[in-house]
Amino acid sequence: MLVKANTDSSASLNTEQLKQLQQVSQQFTPLQLAWASGYLAAKSENPGNQVAPSAEASTAAKLTILYGSQTGNAKGVASQVESAAKSAGMQVSTFNMADYKGKNLKNESHVLVITSTNGEGEPPDDAIALHEFLGSKRAPKLPNLNYSVLALGDSSYEFFCQTGKDFDEMLSKLGAKALSPRIDCDLDYQQPAKDWQDTVLKDVASQLKATTADVVQLPLESANSSQTSQYSKENPFTATILANQKITGRDSNKVVQHIEIDLSDSGITYQPGDALGIFPLNDKALVADIAALLKLDVSESVSVNDKETSLEQALISDLEITKLNKASIVAWAELADNAELTSLLANAEQLRDLINGVQFIDFAKKYPAKVSAQQLVATLAALTPRLYSIASSQADVEEEVHLTVGLVEYQVGDEQRLGCASGFLIERLQEDDEVRVFIEHNNNFRLPENPETATIMIGPGTGVAPFRAFIQQRSAEEASGKNWLFFGDQTFTQDFLYQVEWQAYLKSGELSRMDVAFSRDQAEKIYVQDKLKAQGSEVFAWLESGAHLYICGDMSRMAKDVHQALIEIISEHGQKSAEQAQEYLKQLRINKRYQKDVY
Amino acid sequence: MSNQVIDPNVVQGTLAVNERIKGESKNLRGTITEDLSDEITGGFTADNFQLIRFHGMYQQDDRDIRAERAKQKLEPLHNVMLRARMPGGIITPKQWLAIDEFADTHTSYGSIRLTTRQTFQFHGVLKPNIKLMHQTLNSIGIDSIATAGDVNRNVLCTSNPVESALHQQAYEWATKISEHLLPRTRAYAEVWLDGEKVEETNSPVEPILGDNYLPRKFKTTVVIPPSNDIDVHANDLNFVAISDGTDLIGFNVLVGGGLAMTFGDKSTYPRRADDFGFIKLADTLAFAEAVVTTQRDWGNRVNRKNAKTKYTLDRVGIDTFKSEVEKRTGIAFEASKPYEFTSRGDRIGWVEGIDNKHHLTLFIENGRIKDNDQGALKTGVRKIAEIHKGDLRMTANQNLIIAGVAKADKAEIERIALEHGLIDSAQSNQRQNSMACVAFPTCPLAMAEAERFLPEYVTQIEGLLGKHGISDEHIIFRVTGCPNGCGRAMLAEIGLVGRGPDKYNLYLGGNTQGTRVPKLHKENINSAEILTIIDELIGQWVAGRNEAECFGDFVIRVGIVAEVKNSARDFHD
Repeated sequence: MLVKANTDSSASLNTEQLKQLQQVSQQFTPLQLAWASGYLAAKSENPGNQVAPSAEASTAAKLTILYGSQTGNAKGVASQVESAAKSAGMQVSTFNMADYKGKNLKNESHVLVITSTNGEGEPPDDAIALHEFLGSKRAPKLPNLNYSVLALGDSSYEFFCQTGKDFDEMLSKLGAKALSPRIDCDLDYQQPAKDWQDTVLKDVASQLKATTADVVQLPLESANSSQTSQYSKENPFTATILANQKITGRDSNKVVQHIEIDLSDSGITYQPGDALGIFPLNDKALVADIAALLKLDVSESVSVNDKETSLEQALISDLEITKLNKASIVAWAELADNAELTSLLANAEQLRDLINGVQFIDFAKKYPAKVSAQQLVATLAALTPRLYSIASSQADVEEEVHLTVGLVEYQVGDEQRLGCASGFLIERLQEDDEVRVFIEHNNNFRLPENPETATIMIGPGTGVAPFRAFIQQRSAEEASGKNWLFFGDQTFTQDFLYQVEWQAYLKSGELSRMDVAFSRDQAEKIYVQDKLKAQGSEVFAWLESGAHLYICGDMSRMAKDVHQALIEIISEHGQKSAEQAQEYLKQLRINKRYQKDVY
Repeated sequence: MSNQVIDPNVVQGTLAVNERIKGESKNLRGTITEDLSDEITGGFTADNFQLIRFHGMYQQDDRDIRAERAKQKLEPLHNVMLRARMPGGIITPKQWLAIDEFADTHTSYGSIRLTTRQTFQFHGVLKPNIKLMHQTLNSIGIDSIATAGDVNRNVLCTSNPVESALHQQAYEWATKISEHLLPRTRAYAEVWLDGEKVEETNSPVEPILGDNYLPRKFKTTVVIPPSNDIDVHANDLNFVAISDGTDLIGFNVLVGGGLAMTFGDKSTYPRRADDFGFIKLADTLAFAEAVVTTQRDWGNRVNRKNAKTKYTLDRVGIDTFKSEVEKRTGIAFEASKPYEFTSRGDRIGWVEGIDNKHHLTLFIENGRIKDNDQGALKTGVRKIAEIHKGDLRMTANQNLIIAGVAKADKAEIERIALEHGLIDSAQSNQRQNSMACVAFPTCPLAMAEAERFLPEYVTQIEGLLGKHGISDEHIIFRVTGCPNGCGRAMLAEIGLVGRGPDKYNLYLGGNTQGTRVPKLHKENINSAEILTIIDELIGQWVAGRNEAECFGDFVIRVGIVAEVKNSARDFHD
């Protein structure tokens, strides 16, 4: 948002005011700017009036107790403090740190931290995530937070009460104010813990009483504000990788990564159901292999899209070298002059197999040709961006976007071949690296407009990604509609993507039901469509009462099998013929109650 | 109604959380069945997590990869450990073959663990396989009822194949005591064996244990002197076999042993059992029941850390407890009969019994039966079980006896054992007298390594013995990963109790017979420092010992540590 000086108008700000406004607004994130514009608009409609603080503001004036416990002592103290605070009439919430989102700290006014320390000074398991978050660059500033830390430990260790000390230091660094100083307890912690409790609760009680709701909260809903971003497919935003974490277990047959990307200062907004476009870069090593195979010099200059560049740069960033298409096969066939290849062009099926399953380098090995660098460049198709269903909602993650990426990999002889974008994102991008991105909106994959409407989501494998976004969104909006998720993969122990998140959503009720199918955990293969059929009567009942149905994932097999299962369910439980069941699904599609995001 | 009389021997106060769990459990059923059909987690929810213990299982996870899985947004790799109920540790070859196969096909570690409770454990069984496990065991006549939780656990019995007649009688009593004190609830059959759901009609359902079960775990043994292989002083209730030379005539009853403690809480301590006196054979079950019910009624249900029988004894007084037992049985204890313990180890190798049968005791390091680089132990035991006509006996020292071998079959069994590394003449006395609990990576309580750390550490101690010229001798050396003490380090001459990664408390001064609790020598030091101390002490012992004076006696005589005489008073000072 640009504030222009307009000295002609009597309504304008004077130079000093304008400077102040510019100074203040410079510190705002795009979301905050959007909110501030609404705030100012509201203010102008009620001149002279205070803008009423939002209802959330008063809920911030409560006490939150966070504990990180290994053997249960910290948990025990936390529950004692909670009881005491409740008896004193305070509004209290107590969380195991493992169940607490670090981002919420910025909405808190009073937090008590009770934590133990493990042997070598590291945090207890449940505190690891919060500890890491507060020490990371994603930790929010906490100028409104008052806190106190009770550290439990064993003084015979070198790193006595280290985790408590860490939390104290990190919170203080983030601008939070210490209520009363941290207490470090030894093995006989009961009495010092009690003393700390008495002191700190006295402080909290007096402050909570004194606190009038003078903090205006930033409404999360402003995420879908009207502002537009300058970034697009034509002008992608160069974003930074915040996290790139494998989320399949060590014994999994698959590599699936959860990737968090920073959109700060881009103004980019998206909605659950949208996709993120990624401009991948090809692997330098593969480029070198191709050049060696064709006896070309990577530094040779070539012309691509009317610009001069090196062959290496062209193959890395401009041209498609992992996937073949028909035009490039035809062009190559002319250069190769190979009878087998020429006859293959006439065979649609063989051509399709080539396009779907063979990378350029293996193709060029099988059908050799003598080519110049410029001929090679002319043969290959332009490198295009890849789309990934977004796995996050801005209502939850704000200026981040999350992806769930499965690594495409296979062996050709002794050589490992990777998919272009998944290899780029997973194998070659690390935290702090940059990636060019844009949003691809998808209005055909949207949550129901009515928050009370139920959803049935079917997303095996990485197809679960958009449903993480859906649940984050519905959870942030406190939508009352029920949500039922079907998930499947190979094994329960290794491939249950986002397992702990689903568990938390089930516990809080934000996810009403979840059914899972793990195909390799028993002798007979079980897939999501089997689970769907097993719950057929319930599924039909949900559809009859208006639920929206979503499928995301593999198009060629899964989506077809699920569709067939739905026809069977509808005909069995709705006493309909197969044709009538087809018609039923068709009507759902027309009414936008049956949406697919399949690939 | 009469006014309720407050019993001065009952601790008043808010009951411990576990008391609510037991009370609301519908006699150990809880909502375990619902948890079994929950496909979203491999674990059990709040109360059921505790209740499955009464069915012989602990929920565990692979702690080596806990942090890694948290980052992967996966829950810990939950699984259960099962401890079978095998009074006296006797198992038939047919049963062995069945558990061998189950370990291969349905456990993540593919091993059978022989434990200090003289039974076997499966480790790493995933939730979908738990019912199959119980049904498999049931089909061969094994269960896991009450091998954990606040109940009387697996009853131990001295493994003495030589005096076969006496052992047989003692073993039968161990079985009878185990069965007499078992929970009566049908929960186990209903939950795991798909047994018919029957309304529990008796009230209370549990006439001996009570419907809130015991205040804490309760451990019972039958011991045949002079062996103290089962470590009486680690147990709540011990029946010391007294014979007339050939037959069992009765027992001396020892009450109130136990090794667990809590660091930083001086109201907890390892404690020796007290001798209550002699009882006649026919009165055995009555006395077993009376000790259990007295502890049931008087044990501390407010503070679990002080709930075991040993604390009840010290709180109400030994005489008060003893007269209550006499009151409940209507029989007075007679004066104790003389007996003597001389050893605790197993005699490794072949022995011939008085019945002319032969018995081969195999030393199994840490009780871990698994095929690995060092040998195909598991395959070897299976091959023996395939041809063996007698039985197999698990010992409280985590070893395995191939018992009842006819002279003609000896050679073949020995051949198999040698071929698979089950007999290794190079194993030192020191190794055979060293013990550790399981600890990492499966035990959720472990603070330091124990089982994984022991073999290499014993090699270093062997080196020290060699350096001081006493390679053939040994010191009872035990490591336990946490102060709960499954490794029975608190009855060792040198005992290590885990505090943190490579940090232990070093205790010295137990004796070879297992009748003395050791004393803290150095706190919270690492294994290298401990080795330096042991080196020095062995040097002093070799130079200054009296004839046949064991290491533990020596360190007390020369004042390196004070003797623990009465744990309640002098363990912590």
